[in-house]
Amino acid sequence: MGETRKIALTVNGTRHEAEVEVRLTLADFLRHTLGLTGTHLGCEHGVCGACTILFDDLSARSCLMLAVQADGHAITTVEGLAPSPDKLNPLQEAFRDNHGLQCGFCTPGMLTTLTEFLRDNPNPTEQEVRIAISGNLCRCTGYQGIVAAALDAAKRLQGLPPSPVQHGH
Amino acid sequence: MKPPPFSYHDPRTVADAVALLGRLDNAKLLAGGQSLMPMLNMRFVLPDHIIDLNRVEGLSFIRESNGALEIGAMTRQRELEFSDLVRRRCPLMHDAILEIGHRQTRNRGTLGGSLCHLDPSAELVSVAAALDATVTVQGPNGTREIKFADFPAGYLTPAIELNELVTAARFPLWPEGHGYAFVEFARRHGDFAIVSAAALLTEDASGKITRASVTLGGMGTAPVRATAVEQALVGNVPDDKLLRDACESCRTFEALDDVHAPAAYRQHLATVMARRALEQAHVRLPSAGKATAH
Repeated sequence: MGETRKIALTVNGTRHEAEVEVRLTLADFLRHTLGLTGTHLGCEHGVCGACTILFDDLSARSCLMLAVQADGHAITTVEGLAPSPDKLNPLQEAFRDNHGLQCGFCTPGMLTTLTEFLRDNPNPTEQEVRIAISGNLCRCTGYQGIVAAALDAAKRLQGLPPSPVQHGH
Repeated sequence: MKPPPFSYHDPRTVADAVALLGRLDNAKLLAGGQSLMPMLNMRFVLPDHIIDLNRVEGLSFIRESNGALEIGAMTRQRELEFSDLVRRRCPLMHDAILEIGHRQTRNRGTLGGSLCHLDPSAELVSVAAALDATVTVQGPNGTREIKFADFPAGYLTPAIELNELVTAARFPLWPEGHGYAFVEFARRHGDFAIVSAAALLTEDASGKITRASVTLGGMGTAPVRATAVEQALVGNVPDDKLLRDACESCRTFEALDDVHAPAAYRQHLATVMARRALEQAHVRLPSAGKATAH
């Protein structure tokens, strides 16, 4: 093991302390040290967006950060989005109802990206949603279901009734 | 796809960072990490030391002073994107920022990181060229200023010493009511541009162009100013023919020939993107609507 450092950070509201190798990425720290494998690693060089987390409430690619850089900061991963283990949040429910995922690999990054986006832009246009997720690659859905889910989630988060897209299959 | 071993340093002051740079061999500065971290993960770079600037105080600011925007090197692209000052006083920079990567990368990426990584297609690098920016660097003997025209030393290489770091850049402001546009051609939203163009214009009461700045990104190893186009416009009222003829000169710039596009295609795109940027910039001048061009 190379050079290490002690870090203390908050992940999904829980404080953690650990001694980490300084070259360890934040993504590998979350997955391997803390066992939070909801954060996915697709490309490991900042292209696919699957590893997106919220770093002090702002989206970031955890494969492009070091764990030591998170010392003293607050991280939210996909595991921190749902209100309880048996209940999804409105964005997650909209994904389920709109076929916003198939294999689910890109979903953690999509959800964290859209959590920040819908907080900053609660009533977006379809074009704005497409730009917001342009840094997250999905190889199953063709994006249509994800865009529909994001627009539906915006309505749910504003207290409007859900309006899932009806799929013809 | 994991970073190689290195020693990690996270200084709190610029002076400490400069001292580390002077003392350590084969050290790399880590700013927002949106270029260096992929290069580490892929082991394109193998530094013995990483000097992380994210905890250095005093490098994140945006202020107007003496007719210029002064921006700290560690100012995030996100902060530039949401800055009222930038949007109001330097709308070219605001428009260019929206073309940089994605929300997740702009939340981390910094001005200083973009300038020093010096990707030939990088938006902030083109903006610095378009506005004749000045880069401030600090080394063991104090600070010095480098005109942006002298800043690129080669591909991905800024003209700074190994013991110097960029602390800020000054972007001279254009007068209220100037025309501006930043356009780029990329295969997908957020990709690096194959060719980009930045245009700035001012005019007199009769609609004649009094000052022009045209910059092409993605052509060679650094952005280039299309001075022939600038000269062809000044003193004239632009119309379709003038813009088309003037931008034809962009075809003669040297261009990269790579997997994304052959040189001849980039040269063709340069004529098109320069014209589109100028058309947009011209429409944003006060004479728009009165002019004959459209």
